[in-house]
Order: sequence, then C-alpha cells, then structure tokens
Amino acid sequence: MKIDWAALGSVFGVSLAVTVALVGLFTLGVVSLTKKESSRGGGAALAATGAYACFAACTAAVAYGIYLIVA
Amino acid sequence: MEHITLLLGIVIVTALVFDFTNGFHDTANAMATTISTGALRPKMAVAMSAALNLLGAFLSVEVAKTISGGIINEKGIRVEVIFAALVGAILWNLLTWLLGLPSSSSHALFGGLIGAAVSSAGWSAVNGSTIVTKVLIPAVAAPIVAGLASMLATRLSYAIGSRAENKATAKGYRAGSIASAGLVSLAHGTNDAQKTMGIITLALVTGGVIAPGSNPPTWVIVSAGLAIALGTYLGGWRIIRTLGKGLTDLAPQQGFAAQTSAATAILASSHIGFSLSTTQVCSGAVLGAGLGRKGGVVRWSTATRMLAAWIMTLPAAGLVGAGAELLTKQGTWGTAATGVLLIAGAGVIWSLSRRKPITVDNVNDVETEPVGVVTAAIAAVTPPPAGQLVTADTATDAAADLKATIPAPDAGPSAEPTRPATV
Repeated sequence: MKIDWAALGSVFGVSLAVTVALVGLFTLGVVSLTKKESSRGGGAALAATGAYACFAACTAAVAYGIYLIVA
Repeated sequence: MEHITLLLGIVIVTALVFDFTNGFHDTANAMATTISTGALRPKMAVAMSAALNLLGAFLSVEVAKTISGGIINEKGIRVEVIFAALVGAILWNLLTWLLGLPSSSSHALFGGLIGAAVSSAGWSAVNGSTIVTKVLIPAVAAPIVAGLASMLATRLSYAIGSRAENKATAKGYRAGSIASAGLVSLAHGTNDAQKTMGIITLALVTGGVIAPGSNPPTWVIVSAGLAIALGTYLGGWRIIRTLGKGLTDLAPQQGFAAQTSAATAILASSHIGFSLSTTQVCSGAVLGAGLGRKGGVVRWSTATRMLAAWIMTLPAAGLVGAGAELLTKQGTWGTAATGVLLIAGAGVIWSLSRRKPITVDNVNDVETEPVGVVTAAIAAVTPPPAGQLVTADTATDAAADLKATIPAPDAGPSAEPTRPATV
C-alpha cells in the first residue's frame, strides 16, 4: 500500500495558505471600503485603491480556479 | 443506439436517477452557507447552483476513465453489477437525505460497487489498498484540511475586521461567498456529472453498444448534465438546513471563510491529485468556521451524527449493493424484483419525508434539536463578543439556564438530550 503523503501534504499546505490569504485579502478589501466611506480626501482615495487591489487579487484567484476546473 | 436492451435501458435510467440524487444531495455543499447567511434567497441559490452544475457537465473534456478509480476490477464487469451498485448508492443517498445528513455520494457509489463486485466475483475483485488510499484516508483528511483552513481564516477575518461595522461589511462577505459557492458548484458539475457519464459509458461498452475506449455520446453528456442540474434545483433542503443552520450559526464572514476554504480545498485536491470528497470538505469547512469565531456554538451532537453517517456509508451501500447483486443473479425476475424494491424503497423514504417536510420556505428555521451539553458548556465558558448574531446570544442564554440545573462536567454523555430515533 502506497500512501501519497507528499500529495496529501501539499493539498493541506496549499488549501491552508490560499484560504487564509484569500480571506485575509478580501477582509482587508471590505474593511478598506468601509474606511473609505468614513474618511475624506487622500485617506479615502488610498483606502479605495487598497480595496480595489485586494478585490482584483481575489478575482484573479477565482479566475485561476475556473481555469483549473476547465483545464 | 439501436441495440440497447431492456437491461441496459434500466441501467441507464438508474444511473441518471443516481445522478439526480447526487445533485440534490450535494446542493447543500455549495449553497448551505450562502442560504443560511442570507447571501442569496433559497430559490435563487439553487437555481444558480443548478445552472453552474449543468455548465460544469459540459466544461470538461476529460472523461472519467474508470468509474471507481481502481477500487474494483472493472474488467469483465457485468451490467447487473453496475445496476446493483447503483441501487445501493441511491438508497443510501435517499436515507441520509431523509435524516438530513450530508454524506458523500461518491462514497455511496464506491460502497455499492464494492458490495456488488464482491458478491459477484468474490473479494479478489476488490482492491483493498486502494480503498484505504482513495476512500479512508481522504475521508479523515478532508474535514481536517478544510476545517483547519476555514478556522484560521475565520480567526484572521475577525481579527482584521473587528473594528469595522458589521452591517457595512456583511454585504461584501455575502458577495464573496456567492463567488466561492459558484466555484464549488462548477467543480461539482464537472466531477460528479462525469461520474455518471462514466457509468453509462461503461454500461454501453459492456453491452456492446459502443466500442471500448470511446468517448461518451452527446446524449449521455446532455442527460447526465440535466439530471444533476434538476436534482440540484429541487434542492435537498433537509441537508441544506443541517449544514447551514444545524451544525453552527454562521455570520456572513464565517460563511465566506467556510465557502472559500471549501472551494480552495476541492480545487487544490483535484488539481494535485489527492481527491477529497466535496461533502466532507464542505462539512469540515462549516465546522471550522463555527470553531473559528469566539463564542461560536458548534452542535457536536449533529457533528457526531454526520460522522456516523460517513462511517456507515461504505458498508451500508455495500450491503445493499451486495444484496441487489445476489437478487439480479437469479435471472430476469431477480433484476425486475431489484428494480421494484428500489422504487418501493424510494417511495417509502419519500412518504416518510412528507411527515415533516423541509422545503424552500422553512429551510432557514431554527433547528428544534436542543443544544447539547458539551456545546452548552463550551458556550457557557466562552463569552461571546459584543455585537454578535442574535442567535448566538439566545444559544448562550439557553446554555446559562442549562448550566444552572446540570453541572456540565459531571453530566457526561448520559445527559445528552435524547434525539429522535432514526426514522
């Protein structure tokens, strides 16, 4: 019996890292968006840029996910 | 298509029925958290999941070469064996649906195949070590992988977002969880509709209708996609309620963390090649999200019932599959009797389900099952953070009442509230 521990380990590692990174990014984005509404001027612009950068990264991850399903 | 015998026709229809049960059994995986956190209305959620399942069925060009992934020896397999396996898998799927328990449809199919193959050709037909590596170890690993990822993600999300207003962020998390749920649905369509296509193709090859090694005909792809989409659309509301409300109470950001961890774990596992059951990944993710929030309440009694269902899946579906195979061996009348028994069994389960129907209208109602003692004790010692869900607060109140009458540590399992007997 050959158990593919390497594959199991990488599934574990990848799932953990990607999930935490994505959820972290998305939360940052959501929080920045609410900050944007409460602050003015330069702060708001910075918060909005940060938020959209976070969401763009998440969208890229979803696109990669779709690519993995299709391929 | 002209040489399809009656038996082959029955097998094809049964395979599509299995595909259908697979669809409504697994709607919960993608949509339970989305529905319970209010990200999508129930009807909308199942419609979206159905559409993505259908799309997924057409997306992948890779044909499921073996239906069992090497667990049983598929060479020279009789059509009756496939039929018997499907009977076992369908009945187990329906029974777990009646009990509202998420269990892996693939494991039910594997169980049915193993039982039918053993009863047909003896233990040598089954590859024991493959069962361990492809079924048992993934079954243990899936909830741990997804649960841990979802727990840490929930913690992180609460840590980062603690200062933001709940109302303002909920909308964002809901949108995020819809995207993750969409990915799960799409992946489910590609994987699970393929399985049915593989079964029908194998049956067609066995029956000599199409040449060995050929791709599934278009009508097979279309009908498998439609069957799984229809099943998904009708929605296994019982299982959705268990996963979305029964296991733990989810806030939007927990739902988002759970769904994202499930989508990631499913895609990572199918891409890296250590395939994990979608059902077990999703259940683990919901559990992890429940554990990740301070003061989160996980109903361990529900989790235990789910665990029991997972352990039972393989042997139970296997026993039914073996019995069905013995019956089909008796000849045409045996096969007919198996078919009648399948329909009768499905009918009984359906009529039992009507006694206490769970539909689109009451899917989000709070579970009547009382909070378990362990859960109550955990909730009592962990103070809920301010501004949490109302449901969490009521649960803690109930816990406080409980604690006043029963000293939780000494109570032990005997104080576990009596659950309604199965069926």
